[in-house]
Amino acid sequence: MGIFAIILPEIFLFSSSTLLLMVGLFYKKINIINLLSFVLLALTAVLVIFQPSSFGFNNSFVNDEFSKTIKVMILLGSASTLLMFSPSRKHININIYEFPILICFASLGMMVMVSSNDLLSMFIGLELQSLSLYVLASLNRNSLQSSESGIKYFILGALSSGLLLFGISYIYGFTGNTNFSLISVTYDKDSLGLLIGIVFVCSGLAFKVSAVPFHMWTPDVYQGAPTPVTGFFALAPKIAAVALFLRFLYSSFGETATDWQQIIIFLSIASMIFAAFAAIAQSNIKRLMAYSSIGHVGYILIGLACFNFEGVQSLIIYLIIYLVMNISVFSFILMMKRKDEYCENISDLAGLYKYNPFYAILIALSMFSLAGIPPLAGFFGKFYIFMSAVKNDLYLLAIVGILASVVSAFYYLRIVKIIYFEEPSEKFDEFNSSSLNLLFFISSAIVILFFVFPSPIINIGNYAANTFF
Amino acid sequence: MNELPILSILLLVPIIGILLLTFISSNSENDSNLKQTALWVSFLNFVISLVVLFNFDQSNPNFQFEEKYFWLGDTISYHVGIDGISILFVVLTTFLVPICILASYNNITFSMKEYLIAFLALEVFMIGVFISMDLILFYLFFEGGLIPMFLIIGIWGGERRIYSTFKFFLYTLAGSVFMLLAVIFMYWEVGTSSIPVLLQYEFNYDTQIILWLAFFASFVVKIPMWPFHTWLPDAHVEAPTAGSVILAGILLKLAGYGFIRFSITMFPDASHYFAPMIYTLSIIAIIFTSLIALVQEDMKKLIAYSSVAHMGFVTLGIFTFTIQGIEGAIIQMISHGIVSAALFLCVGVVYDRLHTREIERYGGLVNRMPIYSFSFMIFILASLGLPGTSGFVGEFLVLLSIFSVNTYFALFATTGVVLAATYSLWLYRKIIFGQLIKDDLKDILDLSSREILIFVPLVVLTILIGIYPIPVLEIIEPSSQLTIDIINGKMK
Repeated sequence: MGIFAIILPEIFLFSSSTLLLMVGLFYKKINIINLLSFVLLALTAVLVIFQPSSFGFNNSFVNDEFSKTIKVMILLGSASTLLMFSPSRKHININIYEFPILICFASLGMMVMVSSNDLLSMFIGLELQSLSLYVLASLNRNSLQSSESGIKYFILGALSSGLLLFGISYIYGFTGNTNFSLISVTYDKDSLGLLIGIVFVCSGLAFKVSAVPFHMWTPDVYQGAPTPVTGFFALAPKIAAVALFLRFLYSSFGETATDWQQIIIFLSIASMIFAAFAAIAQSNIKRLMAYSSIGHVGYILIGLACFNFEGVQSLIIYLIIYLVMNISVFSFILMMKRKDEYCENISDLAGLYKYNPFYAILIALSMFSLAGIPPLAGFFGKFYIFMSAVKNDLYLLAIVGILASVVSAFYYLRIVKIIYFEEPSEKFDEFNSSSLNLLFFISSAIVILFFVFPSPIINIGNYAANTFF
Repeated sequence: MNELPILSILLLVPIIGILLLTFISSNSENDSNLKQTALWVSFLNFVISLVVLFNFDQSNPNFQFEEKYFWLGDTISYHVGIDGISILFVVLTTFLVPICILASYNNITFSMKEYLIAFLALEVFMIGVFISMDLILFYLFFEGGLIPMFLIIGIWGGERRIYSTFKFFLYTLAGSVFMLLAVIFMYWEVGTSSIPVLLQYEFNYDTQIILWLAFFASFVVKIPMWPFHTWLPDAHVEAPTAGSVILAGILLKLAGYGFIRFSITMFPDASHYFAPMIYTLSIIAIIFTSLIALVQEDMKKLIAYSSVAHMGFVTLGIFTFTIQGIEGAIIQMISHGIVSAALFLCVGVVYDRLHTREIERYGGLVNRMPIYSFSFMIFILASLGLPGTSGFVGEFLVLLSIFSVNTYFALFATTGVVLAATYSLWLYRKIIFGQLIKDDLKDILDLSSREILIFVPLVVLTILIGIYPIPVLEIIEPSSQLTIDIINGKMK
């Protein structure tokens, strides 16, 4: 094994999902394929957990506490997507066995992204992920919206990859290196060309995390893509892109933090403010979640901008809580059905609590949590983010963030209002999908009870943050 | 007694009640099981709080019944305790919740289960605020109460409930978030968020000013002071009766408590610097809102505006930095908690019968409802501060303290007392006296036994505190004195 030991989980996931692809060609039981993919992801997660921390392939690939934590989170998000896929596949014309396999490949791409310590491996991972995502977005070939979202995502994604490559070429040109660790020791702090390179790479990555002003694709893609895919977009790729963003900036440009901090601060403020106001007028819940995710990225970027231990810790905590909250919301969105037809309008939720008070309170609490109201989990995410911002004297970010959170509370409250204060419309079908219920209940329980046992997640944050500081 | 984590039990009992309620099946016709469960749970909690009260060492000014458990990392812990300033608020909370539940027996017509759950959840948060000895924990409870209150007003409220509940929620949230930043800043500055440590810590002058303003932003909305009071009349008018009772009885006190506990003790220099502003705002609140109360046509709105005026006395008292001022403010808050709660219940009684709160629609009720008229009178008199009622003690102490600080402010504040008498008596005359000429009033019924059961303890307390306030003052005194000592120690 030797050198290959450090990419064992990736090799395992790659070879077994390729195998699964061939199996699927002849053995068309989608449920089984889905289940096998789920098992694959779980096994990969186990392999990731037991990996030793090390570098390899000329330092272009790294395994450390940070990458392990993020990878497990990504695999968790992907596995949740598979659980969302199985009950919904027949209704939205994505009843094909490639779905779980594409999810596996996307996860593989993300794992490479998270572990990459080199501009080249970074780009490989990013493209593997992106190509899988383009296909996933347009998976429902009969739907105009889905195809449109795929095309939009592809065109804008290709553009951003172009920006990224352009930036990479500058960085390589002005440092002579592609390796993060080498860049950090060889670069010239006053080099203007290098700065241009950083700006372009940041723009490319900002596109991937959908930070304002590179967010344009997000609402359309979220709305157009089949709902399980939307769920996937909200769960995994964002986490991977944020992790990559973090490693790229911290490992290679730690010395000139003040330069790129300005970029991140701008992206963060723009995202928080824009999302808070733009989401108010939305009527489609998937679109609303797209704006909501833009807003959350704004908060996550605060952690990124801090460039200290607390920053990374809070970022990890926020990502975990964000993942859980989104699992809760999206598994619920997938249960919103009337006569086997999916409902996506917020107004469809009207009066839910009159005929189903239990689900109503859980989804309402998820909304309060997304708004960051204590004592729910979302509050602690924001709390740690603001802790790190204040520690690092980023008061402007903290104040803007806190005001944006008040504005954004409005649109989350609007959903609560529709659920609770409006007269019921037609009832939803029974919420009887066991896998969705499982996801919904577990994630809701974490959201509500987080404040009772906060230490595990906080310890994970500490564990991962130790990598950098 | 000390081994028993009694304060945590105080928090846990309503939570257990919530779980019980969740598993009690009910339909819309038969929800007496639910009501009984909630009532007994909240009553049990009241009894537990009395146990705390009787085991409370009055001579000890420090925190008692302390419990400390590992929570968020090493420096932020689940730390609760109680002292002379907070204990009465805890008892007031546990006292009012069963009354609220009893008062909601007939006027909540749907979703009784959710309603009761929301109330018990609210109780947890309210108690939590007063017993927290960690600022982060305090903030958690302080803000968390918004969720049940938002739902109570929004679901069971009146016609404009959605507007009111959004206004309430966003106003208070916008104020509170600055406090969160201040709390975080203090955490990094001192290295802990433990309240006892922070009480002893001396911040430098400029820091104090900023932190004071951040806390002020939160409390000024919550208490509320003029000109940030506009959410209060809306929320009061639209909330169901019990919601108004809790809002006036407890929620407004959170901010008064916060001023005493945090603003003046942790930032004494800034508090002295801003005291004239507080006086001015309080005086404006007292006079201005009293005048507004005079022209109200809606009973609840009138009482809501009178609440703002009464809370003006509270802030006046707190920022005199004298023992009388602080004691007066606390007594005034306790008294207002009882009296305004009772007044809202009085409105609720006639509202249940006629479904209108318009003052014009009533008149001559004394002919049909003698018991009601009597209890209403007691509370009206207490509200205007008649000697012999609880309202007098607080207002008198506050006026005494403000007189020692500044005669002009005292003069203006005293006119507020006169104005209070004007609008209160006007309200009483309009509703209770006069000829009973309106047709739908002719067969109105007097208080039922359930309603009498609600009013008796309130009447007794109002008069008891008014005639013999010494036991209450004895509980408050040592901790208030300690607060003054801390302030004076830091000012040197």
